[in-house]
Amino acid sequence: MDENTLQELKDTARRIRALTIDQIGYFGVGHIGGALSIVEALTILYYRHMNIDPQNPAKRDRDQFILSKGHAGPALYSVLADKGYFPQEWLHTLNVGGTRLPSHADMVRTPGIDMTAGSLGQGLSAGIGKALGHRIDGIDSKIYVIIGDGESNEGQVWEAAMSASHYKLNNLIAFTDYNKMQIDGYTQDIMDLDDLNAKWVGFGWNVLRVDGHSFPALNRAICKAKEEKCRPTMIIMDTIKGKGAYFAEGNLGNHNMPFDYDTAKEAIARLEKGAE
Amino acid sequence: MGKEKDMRATYNDTLIDLAASDERIVLMEADLMNASGTVTFKSTYPERFFDMGVAEANMAGVAAGLSSVGKIPFAASFAPFASRKTYDQFFISANYAHLNVKMVGTDPGITAQVNGGTHMSFEDGGLMRNIPGLVVFEPCDNVSLEKLIRKAAEYEGCTYMRLHRKGGNIIYKEDDEFELGKGVVLRDGSDVTLVATGLVMVAEALEAADELKKEGISAAVIDMHTVKPIDRELIVKYAQKTGAFVTCENHQVVNFLGSAVAEVLVEEHPALLKRVGVQDEFGEVGKLDYLKKRYGLTAANIADNARAILTQKKQ
Ligand SMILES: Cc1ncc(C[n+]2csc(CCOP(=O)(O)OP(=O)(O)O)c2C)c(N)n1
Ligand SMILES: [Mg+2]
Repeated sequence: MDENTLQELKDTARRIRALTIDQIGYFGVGHIGGALSIVEALTILYYRHMNIDPQNPAKRDRDQFILSKGHAGPALYSVLADKGYFPQEWLHTLNVGGTRLPSHADMVRTPGIDMTAGSLGQGLSAGIGKALGHRIDGIDSKIYVIIGDGESNEGQVWEAAMSASHYKLNNLIAFTDYNKMQIDGYTQDIMDLDDLNAKWVGFGWNVLRVDGHSFPALNRAICKAKEEKCRPTMIIMDTIKGKGAYFAEGNLGNHNMPFDYDTAKEAIARLEKGAE
Repeated sequence: MGKEKDMRATYNDTLIDLAASDERIVLMEADLMNASGTVTFKSTYPERFFDMGVAEANMAGVAAGLSSVGKIPFAASFAPFASRKTYDQFFISANYAHLNVKMVGTDPGITAQVNGGTHMSFEDGGLMRNIPGLVVFEPCDNVSLEKLIRKAAEYEGCTYMRLHRKGGNIIYKEDDEFELGKGVVLRDGSDVTLVATGLVMVAEALEAADELKKEGISAAVIDMHTVKPIDRELIVKYAQKTGAFVTCENHQVVNFLGSAVAEVLVEEHPALLKRVGVQDEFGEVGKLDYLKKRYGLTAANIADNARAILTQKKQ
């Protein structure tokens, strides 16, 4: 990845972070932690890898994305607004009665969302369905899914894991946002995932482990996943929950956290300062 | 509503107290300990507390196993997950097996607020009411919550409780007593009977009765905290007395309170009935006031329905 591309991606990620902090801070409370830990992943997918067209969101042969950890919706809304799927002003309607941007990703209400989520554990199965359907129709596209590490407690995740490799879904590329935290505490203390790599390997997946905040690392992994011939890929991203917001980063209470608009503005100012 | 102690604090405190005298009591969470407010149960009885992670179906199955060796598990998650995600495990391993699991669904109905449609269960009570023999209840204030938790713990068999987490209310006096399956007449009346369940709707029904009183309408208000088994005797008594009902629930009108009351009336003493509740819709995101209006879960709507049914009664 050349310097220019890298710089562009970093700038974009900073913009997405700022929009996400602004959006949640404007409402006053929200899932800031899990939204900020996936900003680099969303950025590299939506600005570099995915074949999509905001003018034609339903394009049949597009790549699709499922935010299985649907509570991180605000990060995805920032990306979709930035890409022009809907007006940026919508971001200040997050969670307001009658909004088209509910806390959890919702394909009925929001342009550009490919799958509804929010009840954890369901997105990967839906991704398998999309991947199988595209295979039937001969559509050469990729289905991307992000799941949470806490979400990986759900049995359905492992039922999906088994079926994706059974059906040799090389058009399915999943990510685990391994931020090591769920609501009640560290994943290690609440429900230990132990050797997560080994689990996915055991289920027959192509497993890659990356720093989830590093664009070159993410890029290499996604390129590798795209070349995979007969297995689904799981990219396990080591991430930091709340990454980039001084009041939230790494703080166990950051899952669904209240903060006011002034705090949001201060956090955004610091982000921009960090960029200089 | 709202100024009182959080209902979840009453849940936690009552279970700590129960656990002190009954070593069979165990508590289970599915990564929502902070939400259910059971942190001090965990610190008081760490060996009797199990956080199962985000895995509700497994939690229900494990609860059944604990029950089979003599424990009394209280297991909680948000209402949609405590019901929809656990349904077959709770149904087969716990209920069909005649065990003793106390399932708790928090943030029922519109109280899920900004968690939105995926978290807004208007169907959990109905699903649970369909399980043979299951006791299903929804306390409306902190006093009845504490007393009914104690009754549920004493009762040998499975129960499902809809638990409001945040905010509370005081409707009863400290020394009031409660029985599962017995409704409480909060206010007597002769023109129409408002039958309500839960924190949101009992308060709205009382307010509606006040409003109606100003117009000279005498409305009885019943707190039907237990929706299954429903208090048939009390419904029949008020059918004879008023001949007109409005049910009030923070739930789909299908298969929960409104349906239960309708079934009794049709079978035992036909009377007029209107059902205030969610009219076969999904939930959506918003704050409580918005959602109350959005789904008509308001005193004003209850009063309108009462007036309408009284007009019908006169014809
Ligand atoms: C089935 C289900 N159970 C419970 C919840 C409530 N909940 C929302 S987020 C969350 C923790 C998720 O942890 P993780 O997947 O690690 O999310 P992240 O750290 O990425 O925010 C829980 C328990 C839910 N949304 N769905
Ligand atoms: Mg996590």
